[in-house]
Amino acid sequence: MFVAWRDLKFAKGRFALMGSVIVLITLLVGLLSGLTAGLGEQNISGITGLPADKIAFAAPRGGQDLSYTDSTVTEEQWRQWGRAPGVTAAEPLGITVTKATSGDRSAGISAFGVRPGSALVPEGGAPTGSSVVLSKTAADDLGVHSGGTVTVAGRPLTVAAVAGDASFSHTPVIWMDLGVWREIGRPAVDGRPAATVIALSTSGADVPATDEAAGTKTVSKADSLSAIGSYSSENGSLQLMRGFLFAISALVVGAFFMIWTIQRSGDIAVLKALGASTAGLLKDALGQAVVLLTGGTLIGTGLAAGFGAAVSGSAVPFVLDPGTVLGPAAVMILLGGLGAALSLRRVTAVDPLTALGSAR
Amino acid sequence: MSLDLTDITLTYPDGEARLTALDRVTLAVPSGSLTAVAGPSGSGKSSLLAVAATLIAPDTGTVTINGGDVTGLSRAERAGLRRREIGIVFQQPNLLPSLTAVEQLQVMAQIDGRSPAKATGRARDLLDAVGLAAYERRRPHQLSGGQRQRVNIARALMNEPSVLLIDEPTSALDHERGAAVIDLIARLTREWATATVLVTHDKTHLGAADQIAEVRDGRIASQALC
Repeated sequence: MFVAWRDLKFAKGRFALMGSVIVLITLLVGLLSGLTAGLGEQNISGITGLPADKIAFAAPRGGQDLSYTDSTVTEEQWRQWGRAPGVTAAEPLGITVTKATSGDRSAGISAFGVRPGSALVPEGGAPTGSSVVLSKTAADDLGVHSGGTVTVAGRPLTVAAVAGDASFSHTPVIWMDLGVWREIGRPAVDGRPAATVIALSTSGADVPATDEAAGTKTVSKADSLSAIGSYSSENGSLQLMRGFLFAISALVVGAFFMIWTIQRSGDIAVLKALGASTAGLLKDALGQAVVLLTGGTLIGTGLAAGFGAAVSGSAVPFVLDPGTVLGPAAVMILLGGLGAALSLRRVTAVDPLTALGSAR
Repeated sequence: MSLDLTDITLTYPDGEARLTALDRVTLAVPSGSLTAVAGPSGSGKSSLLAVAATLIAPDTGTVTINGGDVTGLSRAERAGLRRREIGIVFQQPNLLPSLTAVEQLQVMAQIDGRSPAKATGRARDLLDAVGLAAYERRRPHQLSGGQRQRVNIARALMNEPSVLLIDEPTSALDHERGAAVIDLIARLTREWATATVLVTHDKTHLGAADQIAEVRDGRIASQALC
């Protein structure tokens, strides 16, 4: 790194320009990652927070995909799952996106219907036939506290507690009794009480056999997220943007170091003629790229983290955690380093003979 | 310590034929002596220097440094040889723009796997030997042409080479500065006991040499001790 360090200090303008590009791309990737995770949380935290490992849907007909919107399971299906060996818990869960009001405030909410005493409800809350448990965001949006009253789909209900901060499909969750949910939500199937899905806790259950017997389709909790229509399309678009930004950064860094290597091919020829090994020169050049990438990425990541901290707690859905901050930074350095490494291969092609008689 | 070129032939591709740059050239350069290789442009002087520097392998013949045949060495072995045994003074100084004068010399220690910081003393001694002690913190663009060429010479001596190969060192200098550089080379050849080959087309510099070899059409046309 003897020459590389001095090049970095000597050609400040060029490296500062390139460093700024890396900072800006990293900042953009960091912001996008935080927003992707934040929007994702708004979409799925109601499901990911469930104390279950699998979700059973009504088996879709006509080759349709699984969907939280379309699925309706019967009480009989739930009971079949409850009796199945290896199933430690089977809880019916009704899900409906509807509207809630309190005074002059109203908000779109997800009504989650559960059995009395269900373990699906966050700790500290227990909905009854006349009361509901609000997530923190629902309580904030509606401006109510424990003991207040909210009207869900025209039915007045007392707020028993405010617990957790679950969201589903960008709306805050209100936990309610399954019976109440059936009245305001989806009608019973063939007159039999129904729910949307069954949340399962399993340990060695024969899932395909039970699915076959019950007429359900069961997937892992993580796989069930793709059954939230808005999540699949939204997350896919944001991840595509992130992927493009990673690819662009690798190309930009690669292009910069290719031009830089071409510009200093005369210096490389001289060093080779003086006896420098190709491996040593490659190590030097790659080290220079890694220093530039790491510096630029750290600054960009710091700025993104600063932005995340500033908007934390506001209406902007931004998640600030190691996954959204350090993950993209590591990928930026890795892909940028790869781009630089590919372009720096040119170092091997420089002929030391060109140093003789050359005027620089 | 010496440099011996024995029966060297070097050809380059020239369309479908081959152009003979060196034709059975034999030259012995003892340590502590300065051999001037003179001749017109295109006579093969630079090719001879490139072969001696192991930058290009001859078609036939052998290059011997300190008694060891270096002709068949691998690329990495030749690079190692250039680091430790061969000092090259380029026609143009070819200094690295980001390095100061002293760093131009320290980099020789670095590419040889040694600590540049620990080589500072020797680098300063060499800059002092070429009259540039006061200029060690200057970068190439802050030095005159003659000063750059003296840094170039000092750099070539940094790793204590036994062979010093010098390619037209005065081509970019006026006569007075050119003469000073040649005197410096002659003095350092004796002081450091190097086997020095000086390629030049300027006959006014031949007086400093111990041996003169004149190259024409790739052959040694005449060779004489002074």
